[in-house]
Amino acid sequence: MLKKLIPLLVVCSLLVLLIVPSCGGEEEDNVIKIGVIGPMQYVQGEHHWYGATMAAEEINDAGGIDVDGEMYTIELIKADSNEMTSPTDAAAAMEKLITVDGAQFVVGGFRTESVFPMIEAAMDYDTIFLGCGAATESLCQLAVDDYDRYKYWFRVTPFNSTKLVSNSLMTLGMAGGIMQQGLGLEGPLQVAILAEQAEWADAMVAAYQAYVPAMLGMEVVGTWRPSATATDLNAELTAIEDSGAHLILTILSGPVGIPYARQLGELEIPAASVGINVEAQKDGFWDATEGYGNYETTLNTYAEGIALTSKTAAFVEEFIERFDETPTYNAGTYDAIYLLKEVIESTGTLDADTIVEELEGIDYIGAGGRIVFMGTDTTTPHDVTYGPGYTTGIATQWQDGEMKAVWPNLGVGEWEGVTYEGVVMWQIPDRVIAYYTQD
Amino acid sequence: MVEGIIIQGLIKGGTYALLAVGFSLIFGVARMINLAHTCFYMLAAYGIYYFAKELEMPLAAAVVLSLLATTVIGILTYRLFIDRVREHHVTVMLITLAMAMIFQEFMIMAFSSEPLGTPSFVSGYWTIIGVKVSYQNLLTFGIALAVLVCVWALLSKTRLGVAIRATAQDSEIANLMGINVRRILLITMALAAALAAIAGAVVTPTLTLVPTMWTSPLVMIMAIVVLGGLGSVKGSFIGAFIIGFIEVLVVFLLPGGAFLKGAFALLVMVLILLIRPEGLFGVAFEEERL
Repeated sequence: MLKKLIPLLVVCSLLVLLIVPSCGGEEEDNVIKIGVIGPMQYVQGEHHWYGATMAAEEINDAGGIDVDGEMYTIELIKADSNEMTSPTDAAAAMEKLITVDGAQFVVGGFRTESVFPMIEAAMDYDTIFLGCGAATESLCQLAVDDYDRYKYWFRVTPFNSTKLVSNSLMTLGMAGGIMQQGLGLEGPLQVAILAEQAEWADAMVAAYQAYVPAMLGMEVVGTWRPSATATDLNAELTAIEDSGAHLILTILSGPVGIPYARQLGELEIPAASVGINVEAQKDGFWDATEGYGNYETTLNTYAEGIALTSKTAAFVEEFIERFDETPTYNAGTYDAIYLLKEVIESTGTLDADTIVEELEGIDYIGAGGRIVFMGTDTTTPHDVTYGPGYTTGIATQWQDGEMKAVWPNLGVGEWEGVTYEGVVMWQIPDRVIAYYTQD
Repeated sequence: MVEGIIIQGLIKGGTYALLAVGFSLIFGVARMINLAHTCFYMLAAYGIYYFAKELEMPLAAAVVLSLLATTVIGILTYRLFIDRVREHHVTVMLITLAMAMIFQEFMIMAFSSEPLGTPSFVSGYWTIIGVKVSYQNLLTFGIALAVLVCVWALLSKTRLGVAIRATAQDSEIANLMGINVRRILLITMALAAALAAIAGAVVTPTLTLVPTMWTSPLVMIMAIVVLGGLGSVKGSFIGAFIIGFIEVLVVFLLPGGAFLKGAFALLVMVLILLIRPEGLFGVAFEEERL
């Protein structure tokens, strides 16, 4: 009898040991728990964590957050969402972050398909979730239909996909203009659209197909939609070369951005690549493409030596010094944590509803730009405001192993004169020059 | 456009053939569906990255070491996890799938999930009937053909090949005839792992290294092997080119649906199987093998 009881007692003891710590007991005094959620096995998640860590350490070193006269320190909780492969895992990670780990606020998120269920989980518990990764416009349209439920969601970075289209078109226009002038090309330039198959890209593809001819006078010769995880684009690139495209307008956030850029360079496809390639925002891009990614141009948020605001340079320099990498836009968690500090201190409370009201009226200069959220009377409430004077973003081009900012530059209309110190001229790829200047 | 379809279809088919033949061989001999097969392809690719980039060894040495290491891992996987349950087909499938997932997680721990690149053996490209093909892709195609010829010669011209074929036809009779079946199965497993590793070595410089890179080709080579007829090396070879051409056709004719190329290839496989359930070169009934 005793022999049978011993294993049972051992199992019960182990279960108790596992369960008791997670029950947590009493809340720690004067600690604000902030969850940082993202794909932690990828650069995007790492940078979520790095940005948040920098902000939390700076704030704690300076004494913490003043909540109605009492000082609180920040405790960050890291949550791997595994969102690249499983939106279900992402929702579960968010649920655990709030219910088990006790996060009072959450920052992060990357892929739209996973951020939707993450938002649902956070809203179930009225927890403020500051997005620092997903661009889809519809994420901020949830509050239009049900404000009371979705008011706890704000997007700090990036600006939404419609505005990404706007920046991409301006970068494309700039590159096209430089190519026409430099190579003496006549007639409308031809553009191939290469967009990964993902929800966030769908609306952008439709917009490109309409606006590239209408706004830039260029001709769209075709749209290719490979998988976001495709590892071989030889067939797509051969078809694009057959189409006679001068420019390739990209919408790529997945690992497909590496083989695309590598094969584009290795096969010397005579077309310049402009648009969004998240892999090209990373320092490892050059090595991963074996240098064939030269001239790849992508929208971006940070680049070494580019000061978007008075806080950018210090943030970027410190980030590079600590982590030996240039921050991607996901490191906008740095601004998100400071935003929380700002509103908690100004309201003197940790009450979510009060903080939401304060966030709606905030005007904050962050490292990534001036942060003002769109009003509740707009079609995208709580989305970060975009445009000159707010957040503009930049475009970067790989030039001989260095990531250089090339836009905003040469703007017209509302964007005329908008640029930042350190922005250089966009370069026509050698392979394109060679092709169009040969006899 | 036709030229592009032909050239790219051949290149794609050659790559698939290299992977599918090893998978087909191990099924034909051991009746074993090894879901970790493309994992050896992934391990070889990471091996080359590790030896060439992190240890800064010469590329040729990195390739040789990686092929050897992967083959040894294949042998150990068979001896430690598969051999004792090889008669239980579903168990083998589950164990090999679990092994693949474990290898994948090890790679994530060791190298993270970030995409990595390995240097090409030869850089640049050659224009064939107006279509640019990288030297690395041509090398892959050439090696695929050479390896397939070697496999054919091994199976048809050597005593070991005769023993492998005898085991494939009937392992009990082969055993009675004095063939050490366990040893033959081990050799076949090593050969299959080596073939997957060779595919990894030659294909990787044209692709991106990510720990999940084994999943997509696994689905495609299973489709190829079923299409060609389970266990038929010749069928796998031809099936690889059929699937390769279908994928390329989808990209050229339906560019907006390029992500559907795999789905189209699988659909064609289903249609062919509806007409010929045993696959193109498979046998209709197990008894026909006897």
